[in-house]
Amino acid sequence: MATDREQITIPPDGRPAAEQPKWRRDFPIDWPQDHYVARRDFTKFMALTSFAFVAGQFWIVIQNFIRERRGQPPVRRVAALSDIPVGRSLIFAYPEAHDTCVLVRTGESGLVAFSQKCTHLSCAVVPEPEKKRFFCPCHEGSFDLATGRPLAGPPRRPLPRITLEVRDGVVYATGVEVSEV
Amino acid sequence: MAVPAQMEFFIDPDRCIGCQSCVQACSECDTHKGHPMIHLEYVDRAHSVQTTPVVCMHCDQPTCAEVCPADAIKRTADGVVQSARKPRCIACSNCVLACPFGVPKMKTEFNLMMKCDMCYDRTSAGKKPMCATVCPSQALFYGTREEVERLRPRSAAVNQFRFGRQVITTKVSMMTPRAGRAEYVDVTAAMGERAIGREITLNILTDEGEEEAR
Repeated sequence: MATDREQITIPPDGRPAAEQPKWRRDFPIDWPQDHYVARRDFTKFMALTSFAFVAGQFWIVIQNFIRERRGQPPVRRVAALSDIPVGRSLIFAYPEAHDTCVLVRTGESGLVAFSQKCTHLSCAVVPEPEKKRFFCPCHEGSFDLATGRPLAGPPRRPLPRITLEVRDGVVYATGVEVSEV
Repeated sequence: MAVPAQMEFFIDPDRCIGCQSCVQACSECDTHKGHPMIHLEYVDRAHSVQTTPVVCMHCDQPTCAEVCPADAIKRTADGVVQSARKPRCIACSNCVLACPFGVPKMKTEFNLMMKCDMCYDRTSAGKKPMCATVCPSQALFYGTREEVERLRPRSAAVNQFRFGRQVITTKVSMMTPRAGRAEYVDVTAAMGERAIGREITLNILTDEGEEEAR
């Protein structure tokens, strides 16, 4: 029997392997040769994959650096305080037009606002002030209404808090606070 | 695991009685349930009941693998040409057209070429192929060369076939009469040849016969 890496199939023209076109080596008919992975190819694959991972890590670091350099977003008017009854909520966009946030008036002077994106898979959370929570219907995750901390379900990180300021009866959004864990 | 080198496959079409046992046994295999990989062909259906079993001949230079554009047909070190690799086969039917023995068949319901692989799951574990175990007349014989020479003293095993200018050497051998021992079976020359000696002609009733019966 032929050994593992030995070529057993002779091409139809009968010429030796050295005289054959290169594609015959790339697409061998013999099973052992087809399954053979050269040490050099394996090493090349490992090195390139590792390099890609390292480059990815640097990319994340640079992205973080750019985000921090950008600073807090500009102050924006949300609504007049008199337009929001106690116990009701309001959807607004901050800091960009597609970043929806939810503002809840918990009491006469209690105002909280969070990003509406669930920290699990970015579904829109629903405020439930009577249960003191934000509820994500996608995977039944819930967040504390006052602090934005995850209470149940798959999310592990709190909702980003929108800092608010009330000046002359008008509510302004002043920034985004992302707290880790 | 590999097919032992001393175990060989011999086909003796002369002994075939057309019982379809091999076809049924083949279609029972779990790897291709309901789809026989062996073909039982009528040699000249209009004039004779002679049949011949067709299994993969496992060529030394497999034409099916040569023409495969998807690199799907592989030959293992023991010389067995395997059926198309399922993830690679693109169902182009090149092998079906190229094979000189007409062995590969395109299964359009799976978009996959399937052919006889000499029951690799059995033969590589030291068992006989399904068809050879059930053949009642041993037209399909799997064993050593000494065995077949002892059992069939009047026949000689030939494993070279000539198609025009191409001579194909195969792993599977064909039993031919020892008296007219040829180096190879000249397939293209034999295609136009009339059968001699044991030709069976069916009695087909003609109009005259019908009149007589009346």
